[in-house]
Amino acid sequence: MYAVRLWSVRHAKGLNRLYHAFEWVIRRLHPLCARIGYDRLERPVAAVEKPIKEFLFDCRMCGQCVLSETGMSCPMNCPKALRNGPCGGVRADGGCEVEPEMRCVWVAAWEGAQRMGTEPTLALQAPVDHSLLGRSSWLRVVRALGQEAQPVADEGRKGATVPR
Amino acid sequence: MSQDEGEVREDLFGYASPGPPPPGYSSHGWLEHLLRSGVFAVTAELNPPDSADPYEVYERAAVLAEVVDAINATDASGANVHMSSVGICALLTRDDLAPVLQVSCRDRNRIAIQGDVLGAAAMGVCNVLCLTGDGVGVGDQPEAKPVFDLDCMSLLSTIRMMRDEGRFLSGRPLTEPPKVFLGAAANPFVPPYDFRPLRLAKKIEAGAQFVQTNYCFDLPILKDYMARVRDLGLDETCFILVGVGPLASARAARWIRSRVPGIHIPDAVVERLERAGDPRLEGKKLCIELIQEIREMPGVAGVHIMAYRQEEMVADIVAESGVLEGRTEAQIGLAGLRRQQARKRRTMLEILGRRFRRTEDRDS
Repeated sequence: MYAVRLWSVRHAKGLNRLYHAFEWVIRRLHPLCARIGYDRLERPVAAVEKPIKEFLFDCRMCGQCVLSETGMSCPMNCPKALRNGPCGGVRADGGCEVEPEMRCVWVAAWEGAQRMGTEPTLALQAPVDHSLLGRSSWLRVVRALGQEAQPVADEGRKGATVPR
Repeated sequence: MSQDEGEVREDLFGYASPGPPPPGYSSHGWLEHLLRSGVFAVTAELNPPDSADPYEVYERAAVLAEVVDAINATDASGANVHMSSVGICALLTRDDLAPVLQVSCRDRNRIAIQGDVLGAAAMGVCNVLCLTGDGVGVGDQPEAKPVFDLDCMSLLSTIRMMRDEGRFLSGRPLTEPPKVFLGAAANPFVPPYDFRPLRLAKKIEAGAQFVQTNYCFDLPILKDYMARVRDLGLDETCFILVGVGPLASARAARWIRSRVPGIHIPDAVVERLERAGDPRLEGKKLCIELIQEIREMPGVAGVHIMAYRQEEMVADIVAESGVLEGRTEAQIGLAGLRRQQARKRRTMLEILGRRFRRTEDRDS
């Protein structure tokens, strides 16, 4: 919802703190998730993630969330799907080039990031991996952080579960 | 950044020149050569025809070739269909003119784009300008599917990877990388203003070696932008060409302002055109004044003239602005380049001939 999305950007700081707390919890779920199997968890977790993020951010389930780096303004709402900053078509009032009644997601990101006390990410974002569309970003985070924490234990398990 | 003496070095430029570019260079291009020599560069945009007739391209290019250092072949700008950028570049390289291939992310995905870049480089295109592109809604076919698989940043880094690492985005190796000078667009004239210099920094990090800005009609904004750019030291790692263009009338200015995305025209400019007896002449005068002021601005490496459907005016604008003053004759327009090309092509054919003979020897 557009109004909620704007609210989320206004409350970027709080939401970011909330997310970090959430991340602290979910990264500890890695052993459990690994035991159940990430593939098996994919659909149920995505089913929970989707309505929550859709409500808060108009999330498009790109499967590679960058919200905490873009001031809680989802770049996938950009009609050009720009993940590396605003295009040159932003209107003088901060409106989107393609949908003038919508605020440019990157103008919003700039404001949201300032509220969070950061700058919108200047790190180069890779092009969207379209094979991840519809998949859970949360699970990806759990997996990535978990594997970072215990790479050795995971290697063995990965070998055992990969062929399907 | 390597600087060399102002004179023309034959080995530096020429399309599809064999061998790697000289140290400090990414391409064999004329534009890169001039910029690195410290010459204040002039580029211009060619308005692509709605036609399959090559002579329509050559006619428009001929006017520009007298005075500019590179000709931008636009890629369906404003989301309107015209002859393709790759097609125009093919024609221009055949006539030994130095084109800038514009690549927009709106119409093609990463597979098509990487292929196009290889094809263009093989034809002798030495400059590629990476753009995100306008939305399909502003063009003549708003029903079209907007692609936007890559954005200008990932496009820059993809082509840089092909050039410097000799690999596709997938990691698959190339046998010969495209030796291209990489460019991007910049628009200092739209919000969020504070973010614009940082965005330029990011484009440079992604691979941009030169930028061409959108139309500049507001010098104070450009001054602020350039001050910030200099603070960040960006003018030392990237050549900045400021976009300018003649406005035909106050009506045209208003139309552009309301219809074309990303163009900021202050009220003062529109009023000046309104008051003028001959608005077309006044538009040209304004453009010349802008060029003269932009030239004095520290950190600016050149101007990019976009004379929409008024190519014939570009030669006058360049001449009257005096922007080419101080150049040697060989450095004016693309004439010097064209003389070199004929020789270069003969060398290239000889080398290719040798390569084929080698292949035959190996195969037999």
